[in-house]
Formats: sequence, structure tokens, C-alpha cells
Amino acid sequence: MLDAAFHLTIANPTPSWNPFDDLAMLFHYDFMVHAFQAGTIVALVAGSIGYFVVLRGSSFAAHALSHIGFAGAAGAVVAGLSPVVGLLAFTLGGGAAIGALGNRLRGRDVTIGIVLAWTLGLGVLFISLYRGYATEAYALLFGEILGISERDVLVTLVAGAITLAALVTVYRPLLFSSVDEELASAKGVPVTALSILFMAILAVAVTEAVQVVGVLLIFALIVTPAAIAIRFTSHPPYAIGIGVGLALLFTWLGLSIAYFSPHPVSFFITSLAFATYLLVRLSEPVRRALR
Amino acid sequence: MLGPNGSGKTTLIRLILGGLAPSAGRLEVFGRTPRRGDPTIGYIPQRPVFDPELSIRGRDFVELGFDGHRWGVRLMGRAHAAEAANASLEAVGAGDYSDRPLGRLSGGEQQRMLLAHALVGKPRLLLMDEPLSYLDVRNQRAMVQLIRDVARRRQLTVLLIAHDVNPLLPYIDHVLYMAAGKVSMGTPAEIITTERLSEIYSSPVEVVRDSHGRVFVVGLEEEASHPHA
Repeated sequence: MLDAAFHLTIANPTPSWNPFDDLAMLFHYDFMVHAFQAGTIVALVAGSIGYFVVLRGSSFAAHALSHIGFAGAAGAVVAGLSPVVGLLAFTLGGGAAIGALGNRLRGRDVTIGIVLAWTLGLGVLFISLYRGYATEAYALLFGEILGISERDVLVTLVAGAITLAALVTVYRPLLFSSVDEELASAKGVPVTALSILFMAILAVAVTEAVQVVGVLLIFALIVTPAAIAIRFTSHPPYAIGIGVGLALLFTWLGLSIAYFSPHPVSFFITSLAFATYLLVRLSEPVRRALR
Repeated sequence: MLGPNGSGKTTLIRLILGGLAPSAGRLEVFGRTPRRGDPTIGYIPQRPVFDPELSIRGRDFVELGFDGHRWGVRLMGRAHAAEAANASLEAVGAGDYSDRPLGRLSGGEQQRMLLAHALVGKPRLLLMDEPLSYLDVRNQRAMVQLIRDVARRRQLTVLLIAHDVNPLLPYIDHVLYMAAGKVSMGTPAEIITTERLSEIYSSPVEVVRDSHGRVFVVGLEEEASHPHA
């Protein structure tokens, strides 16, 4: 991990503009291979769950989850545990609470905002208690995909597989209750249990995505691709497909550009996401006129 | 089903849907105690409109009425669900705009989508909570005729809550009048009269008819909104 950081800051490789050479260079180091592996898994998960986050209007809840997770991760570091453990524990707890409130949460932005501000403050306290390097906090806040070990990739793969399997299992009733909770409930869908389960799945997905883009930038991978996708299609499977494709594209391109540049990966991933969203929104009047 | 706000019309629908248990007495629908998810009952809740940002096609929404309560993704059942949704969309005349996002449809179009959604499981009873309230007069008339046609064609019982009985008068068989904790049922001509309503509610209720034959019930709304008067 230290080697990786050293390599990136001291000797930035320059692209040869020969795609084969550049690709070979990209995958020359293990840390880049791991970054691509973890990034791909995270993009698959974030892109798929993002559709439901957008459809349910719970993007702020997703954002809040990551901040709640930050406090957990920082606390775990103080306690001498792996930050992922604290991250997962806090996002699961927070997710269950938000999910249990369910529909009553609509319009509760203020409550969520107050809680997330407090947890962020808690995180700052934990970081100051931990007298180690600030890099740990920095990695949590902004992601540290270039420092991912082979074991981390494996953990991400298992968590990703569980998340996707869970999403596939609840797909239809989740879609139904996301569109209309009252009608779904009348048809016998357990809407409150589903709401809690969805937030739990989201908690796992957020925990994974934090590795790549960090707590503060989670929107870029979970919300932005799906938000772009629904501007193109209102056919759910297509929207999920486009969202996943975009999340993959942002991650892969972001990693590749960052490799040949002195700037952090998170910056490129979030910038690509933002630029694409902007382009789509600005081109909408044009596309409408052409139709 | 008529009556002032808060008289229990929506509560009765919730009871029939099985979402609420009666605190006293017994309720049977088609000879069974109501339970959630009963396929013999179709339901249209009261709502102004869907969120304009809701990005799902009307067709997908109707398909969810067919099998949205089942777990997993649609694998073998895809053609089956699409076929059922198509038939239902055609029945309410909503086929043309079924590929457009639900949130972008007009109020009348959304109401037809809700009807298609309720009909897709081939129910025997249709419960509608104020389906006309958010429609303009022209759409109200079209909706009432559509409900009547569908009910005849499919041999459906329709139990409908209305705020204003006038658009419905030519089509309804029975009126269930709820107010002040009392219920009375009969044909509109029997129930909606000054004498009958005053007698049932033991308060001065007046039924007025204007030159177009529209009826207005005066007296019950005031009582419900000023319980201490």
C-alpha cells in the first residue's frame, strides 16, 4: 500500500498513447489490478441499488448512512478494530432505524440532517482520539481504492455477491412498494419489513462503496448513475442496466486517468459522474426538439 | 358510499381490504374473513397524482398489480404478466400511453392506469376511494362511464366512495350513506330524500334539487365539521 502511494506521487507514468502498451502498464502493478477488481464489483452493486435509491427518493438517506458509517469506522479505529467492521455496524444500525421509520420519513430531511451532522462530529472526535496518522480519516472520507489488498477484494466480492443476490430476491415487491407503498401493502407485500431490508442492503452497499470513493463522495457512484439512467428510460431493467454501465464507466475511466495523473481517483470518478449528469441535463432540450 | 368527511368510508374500505381488523363485529367478503392480498379484490386508493419524477412506465405499474407481490425477478412469467397487463390496459383504453412514465401522465390518464392496475388480477370486487375527486368534469364523466362499462363486462361489484353523487347518479344501483355513526342503504331515490336522511340522522337535513336535476345534501356536512354545535 505504501509502495502504491509512493509510486503514484513520485513517479507518475506517462501514457504512451498506444492502447495496448497503456493497458499493459495499467495492469502492471498488483495495486492497480486490485483497484480495478474492487472498483468493478462496487460499480455493479452501486449502479443496481442506485435505481431503487432514486425511485424511492431516499438519496439523502443514502448520504446520511455514509456519514453515520464514518463515525462507526473512526470509532472502530480507536478501538483497534478494522474500520470496515465499525462502518458496517453503524450503517446497518442507522439503515434499520431509517427503514423502520419507512414512509413516515418522507419530508424528514431535517431530522436526518441533524443526525448526520452529529455523527460526523462524533467521527471527528474519534479521529482526534486516535493519535495515528490523519491518513486513516482521509481514506475514509475520500476513499482509498489504490490501497486495496487481495483480501479486501475478496471481502468486497463476497459482500457484493450477497448484496446483488438480496436485491434480486426482493426485486419485484421492492419495486412495487417503491412505486406505491399503499397499493403494495394492500396486495400483501410486507412493506415495512422490505423497507428495513432495503436499508440494510443499502448499508452493505454503502460500506463497499466507501472503499472506492469515500464517505463524502458516495453520491457519485450510487445516486448519479441511476439519476442519469432514469432520464433516458422509465423501463426498470433498462434503467438498472444503464446505471450499472455508467457506474462501471466512471470507475474504470477514473482509475485509468488517475494512474497517469498526480491527482486522486475519487476526483476523477466524481468529476466524470458530474460532467455526464450535466451534459445529459443540458442536452435535454436539444434531444426533445429532435424527437 | 356517501357521507361527510370522517364518517368512516375509508375505514370501511380498509376493513374490507384486511388492512384493519374490526374492533367489534364480524366482516365477510365472498364468505371469507378479509385478508391482505386477496386476489378477488381490486383497489384504487385516494390520491391526487403520482410524483412527477416517478420514472416507471404505466405498463410496469400494471404488471406489478399482476405479480408484484411475488419474490424474485420475473423469469418464466414475463410473457404471462405482459399479456395480462396488455388486456387490462386495453380494457380501460390506456394502451396508447402505457410506455410513458407514470409521473408524466395527466390526472385522468393516471386514474386509468390505477384502474388497469386494479383490474389486472381479474377481481370480483372493485374498491375505489374517491376516484373522481381530482378530475375535471369532463374526465369525471368519462371515468364514471368507463367504470360502469368495465363493471358490466366483467361482472364486477364496484364499491366507490364519492364526495359528490351527481356524476354517478345515472349509474349507481345502491347508495350507502354514512354519517354520525349511522349507516343506511338503498336505491338513491329511496335514501337521498329530505325525509329519509332527516329521519335517519335525527337532525334537520335537507335534500335540494336544482333545475338540472342535481342533488345537494345540506345539513350533514355542518354537523360533522361542528360536532359541538
